[in-house]
Amino acid sequence: MTDNTTADKPVWIKPTLRAHRSGLLNKFGAVPSRQWQDEFEDVPVADLIHQFGSPLFVISEQRLRKNVRHLTRAFSARYPRVQYSWSYKTNYLNAVCAIAHQEGAWAEVVSAFEYEKARNLGVPGEKILFNGPHKPRAILERAIKEGAHIHVDHLDELQLIDEIARATAQNVEITLRLNFDTGVTEPWSRFGFNVESGQALDAAWRVAHSPNLKLTGLHSHIGTFVMDTRAYRAQVKTMCQFMERAEKDTGCQIDCIDVGGGFASRNALQGVYLPPEQVVPSIDQYAEAICDTLLEATHGREREGRPRPLLLLETGRAVVDDAEILLTSVVGNKRLPDGRRATIVDAGVNLLFTAFWYHHNVKPTRELSGVAEETVLYGPLCMNIDVMRASILLPPLDVGDVLMFSPVGAYNNTQWLQFIEYRPNVVLVHDDRQVSIVRAAEDLQAVTAQERLPDHLRDVSPR
Amino acid sequence: MFYNRHPMTNESNTTRREPLIDAKLVQRLAVSDSGFVFDPVSGHSFSVNETGLRILRLLKEGQDLPSAVKALCDEFLGSAADIERDVLEFAGLLRKQFPA
Repeated sequence: MTDNTTADKPVWIKPTLRAHRSGLLNKFGAVPSRQWQDEFEDVPVADLIHQFGSPLFVISEQRLRKNVRHLTRAFSARYPRVQYSWSYKTNYLNAVCAIAHQEGAWAEVVSAFEYEKARNLGVPGEKILFNGPHKPRAILERAIKEGAHIHVDHLDELQLIDEIARATAQNVEITLRLNFDTGVTEPWSRFGFNVESGQALDAAWRVAHSPNLKLTGLHSHIGTFVMDTRAYRAQVKTMCQFMERAEKDTGCQIDCIDVGGGFASRNALQGVYLPPEQVVPSIDQYAEAICDTLLEATHGREREGRPRPLLLLETGRAVVDDAEILLTSVVGNKRLPDGRRATIVDAGVNLLFTAFWYHHNVKPTRELSGVAEETVLYGPLCMNIDVMRASILLPPLDVGDVLMFSPVGAYNNTQWLQFIEYRPNVVLVHDDRQVSIVRAAEDLQAVTAQERLPDHLRDVSPR
Repeated sequence: MFYNRHPMTNESNTTRREPLIDAKLVQRLAVSDSGFVFDPVSGHSFSVNETGLRILRLLKEGQDLPSAVKALCDEFLGSAADIERDVLEFAGLLRKQFPA
């Protein structure tokens, strides 16, 4: 570019051609956001990418703390005995778990790995809820010894716990996991003991007959991304009815009722027509449904000398989802044979697993010129399934432009895969706006560390 | 001369010299100075932005790729490589929208 009139020239922008379409205005839904966002929690996106590379997960400590506090306040203001537990499988990065614990959360774990992670972080056994259908003997022995709350999933597990209790001469307090039809959500029948068939009461009797076991808790988890609070009213009602029946019949005393999780986050579920702002209940609405029903169902207990049960919550998604974003950079553009624009970014579905069921909010991180047109956002994987957004209106993007995906805090940093590409840095923006790496980007050594190559395979020359 | 060498590889330019798009396809379009485009064959109308409008006019003149890119490089501030790829992609979009 040696032209000395350079300063007078207009800057080249990508050419666009937009078809005019006529049709009725859509009276439903929100106006799509045209905004761009060049910072996250007051930290410039450009600085984050420059310092930590792309793609990049960014977590807000402040937002996570605020969300935990909001949840606990919403329930504690409506019911006298509430304990929140952080659902490890939703996001078990140590930094995330530690923030939740600092805010008073117990740990809700579903495997030996998660139990060990919680203990390694310093969570005492008595503040761990141990869920899940697979609890090998060794970890059960440890959890029992350390006073964890064991949530029993099936009869074989109940028998194993009884064996351990007998062998170690311990009295073990247990919680039964229940399943039932709320009449609102799809029944989740694979976990726990069924109420309607009498299986759950049989299990309660089995506990009552054991000299080493004591039934003190009931648990159920009615589903995931539950958007109808009537389901929680039905859940609490059923659990309380079962509590009364089990106490009356078997002589147990239930001290805690765990309603699990399942609250929806402000993410746009694929197949749901209306935007999340219009269909996802607020935390206060969930709290109202659960606490109102629980108060009503237990109002006579105190008068009879039986305390109201402790309400346990295992909310994950609704607490962490909007506390994390994913930054990803454009690596190329192309035009598909059907005329749609395709943009390839450096983060794929191996990192953003939830792209399979959400339409994430995608924002440019600079003001873009040009007309927005339908665009397919592909990830970098050499796989046809690697679609980050199948259809989104975006102005033309240049190579190097950064897009912000949100919310991504739930189930991505746990369900992600090391597949084809290395997994990138995850950083935390502290309360004071300092930024630190909380999970370092992978490299060849990290990815292959567990591999062992037999001696006869070390020379890869053709034989 | 600018563009005697390929902007990305710096190799001797042997790019094709035929028009990027059949001039008849774009000749039929009514194009206003504000970027409103009407296709009398399909009855559909479109909007093009400033650079799209300029490319469309160059194509209506029957320009080939090197000469179109050179003209655009003279008029706009941008890399020849970026402009070349955008012209190629835009020509493909026109072929899609305005079939023979």
